[in-house]
Amino acid sequence: MIAHNLPALQVVLPLIAAPLCLLLRGSNWPWAFATLVSWAAFAISVALLSQVLDSGTISYAMGGWAPPWGIEYRVDTVNAFVLLIVSAIGAVVLPYARVSVGHEIPAERHPAFFTALLLSLTGLLGVTITGDAFNLFVFLEISSLSSYVLIALGRDRRALTASLQYLIMGTIGATFIVIGIGLLYMVTGTLNMADLAARIPAAVDSRTLLAAFAFLTVGTTLKLALFPLHSWLPNAYAYAPSVVTGFLAATATKVSVYILLRFFFSVLGTEYTFERLTLEQLLIPLAAVAVLVCSTVAIYQNDVKRMLAYSSVAQIGYIILGIGFVSTTGLTAAIVHLFNHAVMKGGLFLALGCVMLRVGSVRLDAFAGLGRRMPLTMFAFVLGGLSLIGVPLTVGFISKWYLVQAALEQGAWILAIVILVGSLLAVIYIWRVVEVAYLRPPPADAAPVSEAPLSMLIPTWILIGASIYFGIDTSLTVGIARRAAETLLGVTP
Amino acid sequence: MSGATAIILTLAIPLIGAALIALCGRWPNLREGVTLVTAVLLFLTVISLVPEVAGGGRPSAKLIEMLPGIPLAFEVEPLGMLFGLVASGLWIVNSIYSIGYMRGNDEANQTRFYVCFALALASTMGIAFAGNMMTLFVFYEALTLSTYPLVTHKGDEAAKQGGRTYLGILLSTSIGLLLLAILWTWQVAGTLDFRPGGILTGKMSDTALAILLFLYVYGVGKAALMPIHRWLPAAMVAPTPVSALLHAVAVVKAGVFTVLKVVVYIFGIDLLRDTGQSEWLMYVAAASLIIASLVAMTKDNLKARLAYSTVSQLGYIVLGAALADSWGIVGGAMHIAMHAMGKITLFFCAGAIYTAAHLTEISDMRGLGRRMPFTFGAFLIGALSIIGLPPFGGLWSKWYLALGALEAHQIALVAVLMISSLLNIAYLLPIPLRAFFAKSAESVSAQAAPQQGIKEAPLPCLIAIGVTALGCLALFFYPTPILQLLEPLVAR
Amino acid sequence: MDIPADIPGLYNYWIVVVLMMVGFYVVISRTNLVKKIVGLNIFQTSVFILYISMGKVKGGTAPILVDHPVTYSNPLPHVLILTAIVVGVATTALGAALIVRIKEAYGTVEEDEIQAMEPDE
Repeated sequence: MIAHNLPALQVVLPLIAAPLCLLLRGSNWPWAFATLVSWAAFAISVALLSQVLDSGTISYAMGGWAPPWGIEYRVDTVNAFVLLIVSAIGAVVLPYARVSVGHEIPAERHPAFFTALLLSLTGLLGVTITGDAFNLFVFLEISSLSSYVLIALGRDRRALTASLQYLIMGTIGATFIVIGIGLLYMVTGTLNMADLAARIPAAVDSRTLLAAFAFLTVGTTLKLALFPLHSWLPNAYAYAPSVVTGFLAATATKVSVYILLRFFFSVLGTEYTFERLTLEQLLIPLAAVAVLVCSTVAIYQNDVKRMLAYSSVAQIGYIILGIGFVSTTGLTAAIVHLFNHAVMKGGLFLALGCVMLRVGSVRLDAFAGLGRRMPLTMFAFVLGGLSLIGVPLTVGFISKWYLVQAALEQGAWILAIVILVGSLLAVIYIWRVVEVAYLRPPPADAAPVSEAPLSMLIPTWILIGASIYFGIDTSLTVGIARRAAETLLGVTP
Repeated sequence: MSGATAIILTLAIPLIGAALIALCGRWPNLREGVTLVTAVLLFLTVISLVPEVAGGGRPSAKLIEMLPGIPLAFEVEPLGMLFGLVASGLWIVNSIYSIGYMRGNDEANQTRFYVCFALALASTMGIAFAGNMMTLFVFYEALTLSTYPLVTHKGDEAAKQGGRTYLGILLSTSIGLLLLAILWTWQVAGTLDFRPGGILTGKMSDTALAILLFLYVYGVGKAALMPIHRWLPAAMVAPTPVSALLHAVAVVKAGVFTVLKVVVYIFGIDLLRDTGQSEWLMYVAAASLIIASLVAMTKDNLKARLAYSTVSQLGYIVLGAALADSWGIVGGAMHIAMHAMGKITLFFCAGAIYTAAHLTEISDMRGLGRRMPFTFGAFLIGALSIIGLPPFGGLWSKWYLALGALEAHQIALVAVLMISSLLNIAYLLPIPLRAFFAKSAESVSAQAAPQQGIKEAPLPCLIAIGVTALGCLALFFYPTPILQLLEPLVAR
Repeated sequence: MDIPADIPGLYNYWIVVVLMMVGFYVVISRTNLVKKIVGLNIFQTSVFILYISMGKVKGGTAPILVDHPVTYSNPLPHVLILTAIVVGVATTALGAALIVRIKEAYGTVEEDEIQAMEPDE
């Protein structure tokens, strides 16, 4: 019976767990409870993924109400993969959270913190798994609202303004999405995604559909922080607590990319989106600019968290570039980069959290001499950085390989060069940190600093280790990404 | 042991050695012992592959399929065998030298030094025995990264700047140009395997071939073709054993080796000769050759002069590759060995001079030869080998390069080779000659505060210098094994 | 499309557009954080009206079940909007809470004053 209800459990488990977490007292109980729930969610997503890989798309009618009137949870290769990414990051970040949160957030707020984290997890999982458009909006707002709370818990008072700015922009984005959904409903009379996909071809000439398309485009690109709608991201990531940045950087934008994929490939269809309305002509230039501009801005940051935040916007540019190619290779590149970026950025931000714990700051100057004082943490940072650069034997290389392949397949030489130049820009900003950490002696009056505790080092190294492992043995990630790409493009394998 | 095992061992031995060296950091003598044992074991393993390769066999090993259709795979063929022998053999000598140098100069961070050296050698083995372009690229990048801590060893501002230039140029070229070339090759040929006769025949237009060659040659920044040669003089901030590693043992050799491999096994000699698309490269290499020699003459800093000399000598090898005929390839490949032996001697001497006399500028070295006869004697031998005079090995490689130029009907290039030999004489020979025969420089006699004057360098350094100088001599009398090894490359 | 006849007929959409733009403009142009949140609310309200007005069926009554057959307006948008209203309330509450904390931390709720208080990175 559990096996049959896995799709529902994926969301219901963390959802019910969240208010329960609020009732727990102290710091350790909420943390332990949240960690167990996140592991359970991870186990469920693994089970779902293997089920989908074996027997194809799962369709689950929530509450037994048959679609298209009832809400349907529909799991295919694409969202099974994203579910895996989100729950895996959650499962790795939560054990890390005990010490990190204990250090950065006042004790009386811990139950609320873990509650909000569970709600965020719920929302992200819900967005990914649902097959109903309005349900997607609801879960999106659940995850967003809890994210605003999580970000606002940062120590620096700028976290408050960052959270408010994110709130305003995020709400506008989500509202645009809901307008788009409403207009889609007006045109087709249904909210079920599969049903929408079936009915939209009949309405392609409608101006309402065009308006829906426009609103959905702006809303989703705002949520996934595509240049120039990315301005909420650097501040939000920079001032949030380390655990929050690590979690959100690896999940929130990935799920928003999933929303884009789902709406534009599955619901509206590639023919309407790309052949009739040529969305790629908007996506590709913006993505290319994102890669170049944001990588350059990252170089000039003195706060390493901010630097990596801009780097994230650039990496999202890569993902959108891959989508813009509208080819199997391009989509494979984009989808595999969802996974690859999650592990490498997650690992990098967790490493920064270790530094924050021991040194108290993540400004560039604070890294002086850390190569010697915190060798494991800095080495993790170096490996993650090499992955961002795209050195072979890391996941970053795999993504770049497929991206440039996709560009070359379409003869887009300039884009291939843009992608490679982005790597070179990454060399500059990563090497700024490496030089300070390894080649600058610590200030004479610096307090002695020890290595981070194991409970934080192990999750960091799990993610960094994954970023190396999946750069060598790519059969799993690339295989799933390719199948997902073929599903989205409607190519029969 | 089987070929596959031997290949895997050549990678595993230095890697395990690196780990052991790191563990033995606290006991310097043990640590140095581990380095030497590792180097000797590696050399023996590499030698064990020679009979099979010389007999026409191609031992191979496959690790894992990194991307669909692109495995991490190894295959030993003559070029790789030669390079592997040079690198692993010279590692032993370099380690002996390093012990003397690092201890003589009381350098800090010695454990990190030896560990990175071992890692660099592991990468070099990976490059030498790579069976496809992707494997080579993986280890090429690994070599760049593992040598960075060596280049920035001193940790001061100059080291940092040198490191930036080093990494900047090497990574920019490898990611910006070489990776692009590899992806394009994959796109066009559907494979990245090294195959005799190349994998591009009939698949690309002539102009595309020329552009692809350009991307490859300039993408391989380690070949130091002008104008991307700047990293080589910039890397002179490193301690001398590292310079020896860079110039002779591994790094630049990996660069020109890659160029040779690409020319022979990706493009194919016949394809390049028939389409004539490597002609531009001949002229670029010739220009690089001459200009670097001219710049070398202006440098007073010994290591800088040697650096530009290397840039010039690498131009020879690239020229050999560009000639795209049998003698050119053979000459270029031989020059990997000859130049390695000669240059490492020169660098060892430069380091000995620095350790014993604390001198770096050539103008200060007048008359020093009388106090350091052994060192400058070896320097003379190394210089003669580089210039290409008998009885030293450098003669053979220049001979075959000249033959290659003739075969390709490039008389002008033969002249270029002649001129550059003259330039080599001009910038190399005065150093030992003035050291032996000129009056001591004023600054030297003024600095001779300890009344005994300057003595020779530490013993391990001298042993290493002696071995490599003898090597230059030996290579003159025994070039045949190398020629026999390289023969399959040019057999029709 | 017959422009003159349709404009008054689409009056509900015009209201939606006006409210949406007013709300959006308030969010962008006002520096007072409270006013921004109010603008956000207006913006969200326009969406509610969009949904509800699209659900109206000509001659339809409130979608509450009665005995005799009657034309109902579409109940689905009403349900959707209840959810959306809740989301809007939660957002507003959260925004207001953040503004209270900002006032505690900075002593002001004017955006330009807050930016002046934080030195540039």
